[in-house]
Amino acid sequence: PQGDYIELHRKRHGYRHDFFEKKRKKEARQVHERSAKAQKALGIKGKMIAKKNYAEKALMKKTLAMHEESSTRRKVDDEVQDGAIPAYLMDRENTTRAKVLSNTIKQKRKEKAGKWEVPIPKVRPVAEDEMFKVIRSGKRKTKQWKRMVTKCTFVGPGFTRKPPKYERFIRPSGLRFTKAHVTHPELKCTFNLDIIGVKKNPNGPMYTSLGVMTKGTIIE
Amino acid sequence: MEVETEQGETGKSVMCVLTDPEGTTLGGTMYLPQNVGPIQLQQIVNTLLKNEEKLPYAFYISNQELLVPLGNYLEKNKVSMEKTLSIVYQPQAVFRIRPVNRCSATIAGHTEAVLSVAFSPDGRQLASGSGDTTVRLWDLNTQTPMFTCTGHKNWVLCIAWSPDGKHLVSGSKSGELQCWDPQTGKPAGNPLTGHKKWITGISWEPVHLNAPCRRFVSASKDGDARIWDISLKKCVICLSGHTLAVTCVKWGGDGVIYTGSQDCTIKVWETSQGKLIRELKGHGHWVNSLALSTEYVLRTGAFDHTGKQYSSPEEMKKVALERYNKMKGNAPERLVSGSDDFTMFLWEPAVSKHHKVRMTGHQQLVNHVYFSPDGQWVASASFDKSVKLWNGTTGEFVAAFRGHVGPVYQISWSADSRLLLSGSKDSTLK
Repeated sequence: PQGDYIELHRKRHGYRHDFFEKKRKKEARQVHERSAKAQKALGIKGKMIAKKNYAEKALMKKTLAMHEESSTRRKVDDEVQDGAIPAYLMDRENTTRAKVLSNTIKQKRKEKAGKWEVPIPKVRPVAEDEMFKVIRSGKRKTKQWKRMVTKCTFVGPGFTRKPPKYERFIRPSGLRFTKAHVTHPELKCTFNLDIIGVKKNPNGPMYTSLGVMTKGTIIE
Repeated sequence: MEVETEQGETGKSVMCVLTDPEGTTLGGTMYLPQNVGPIQLQQIVNTLLKNEEKLPYAFYISNQELLVPLGNYLEKNKVSMEKTLSIVYQPQAVFRIRPVNRCSATIAGHTEAVLSVAFSPDGRQLASGSGDTTVRLWDLNTQTPMFTCTGHKNWVLCIAWSPDGKHLVSGSKSGELQCWDPQTGKPAGNPLTGHKKWITGISWEPVHLNAPCRRFVSASKDGDARIWDISLKKCVICLSGHTLAVTCVKWGGDGVIYTGSQDCTIKVWETSQGKLIRELKGHGHWVNSLALSTEYVLRTGAFDHTGKQYSSPEEMKKVALERYNKMKGNAPERLVSGSDDFTMFLWEPAVSKHHKVRMTGHQQLVNHVYFSPDGQWVASASFDKSVKLWNGTTGEFVAAFRGHVGPVYQISWSADSRLLLSGSKDSTLK
């Protein structure tokens, strides 16, 4: 290695006698130099510097406000609201019982219809460029046939990677999960259970076979 | 013993025995001529009981009231003459209350909805709490406002008089309780804090347990009930145990506190230490309201319809104790709870922790249950627009009143137990 003579000198002889002083003063001067540059810069450069500074200022203001909030703990001041109700009516939303009953009947009917039908809210289709990251390979990094998955995946316990030359889809080990937190809808308690397999991914059979878990995926 | 009959002793006679509501017979079996009606029966009962004034009584044969002479009743119901007919007599209130047809006075003053009202136990004053955070005191003889008490920060949800009439406590949505002096309308000290959420109910300790009334219990949405001492101006005991809001609290006549809560249970607490004595389970949903058979007497203390004023606390305690014992009789205190699961339970908490009777029949949640002042009937108001009347001792269904077109929110009895008033969301009172 070539550039380690400074480090060697420091190790052998210690720092220069005025090193820390100089460092401190230089850093202190940076503030003024930065400001001078920002004021003197012309044209597009000046505008870019100004934009960057403004963004920093806005961010700083927000963090300060956040800290400010938590330091004082005032009791919540409830204002007297209109629409006073007596004690026996508090806590009651006035949905009519009839509607609630018909809703439960409809829910029961839906549940009876299909066992595998899970009440999935509208699932947004995931685009390919969001799901995969293009990996360049080859000596000149021109080949682009490899893809790396950017979402959580599940690979079975007996999984071994294909030889790197033939591997088209890479599933990084950092995004591989074996356990999932499952909440029972009626009991309202959460369990940490092992995943057995990915049953169906709504975005397509390719994703199902890859074992990628996105929103709306049915997992065993 | 001369019994006056309109005609002579001709006609067939019936073998009858008079029993009081608890089952003990009064006098032996006797032959009564068939033209004997309720008036003559009253005379018989009065002489048998050796009452000095002629008290009015109502008579029931197998839970149906006897209004016509015996002969007509027998013909209509075809009761056999072989068996002894058992006639139950019930004392009625001596005074009569005139039914109200129209609003006698509209007293203006509150700027927002009136959320809770309470008559003073001696019947002279009325206190009302409202959404405009004030408590107003009204004089009933002149029907004019007396005082306006400000001091609460939020809606005044509950209000309660002490049974000796000396203190008034109101609870608000901010969880604070404020005591007032009803003679001057000024706050009697600082607000009592301790509850974290709004107050759902207040109940005072009965006069016959403690002569100058000092303690009361307040229930709140945060799930605990606190016993406060008004002379010390602080919370003495905190009864925590409910997991959800406490919706209703009542201080019973034997010195226990009943709390009904949204966690579907009713807990019975002991008052000196604040320990849980019993837990009454059985409801499937929130317990909305509790009612005690002796409630009227506990609330009014020593005052009754005669309008007498008492000077010393000991005298009040004695008179209140007499009234309480008379009201209670030999039977244990009864408790009725109404719930969101459309049913009500009748309990005898001193006897067992299982309910005695389950009163079903409502098609919507039961919002309010109320014993009649003499303890004979229980009325229940429900969101299914009906008011149902049940027997106060056995819990049997008696009648349903349909007439409201909106959910019925609250009920109230007249002091002589003859009239029942119900208020509903459809803005009418029936």
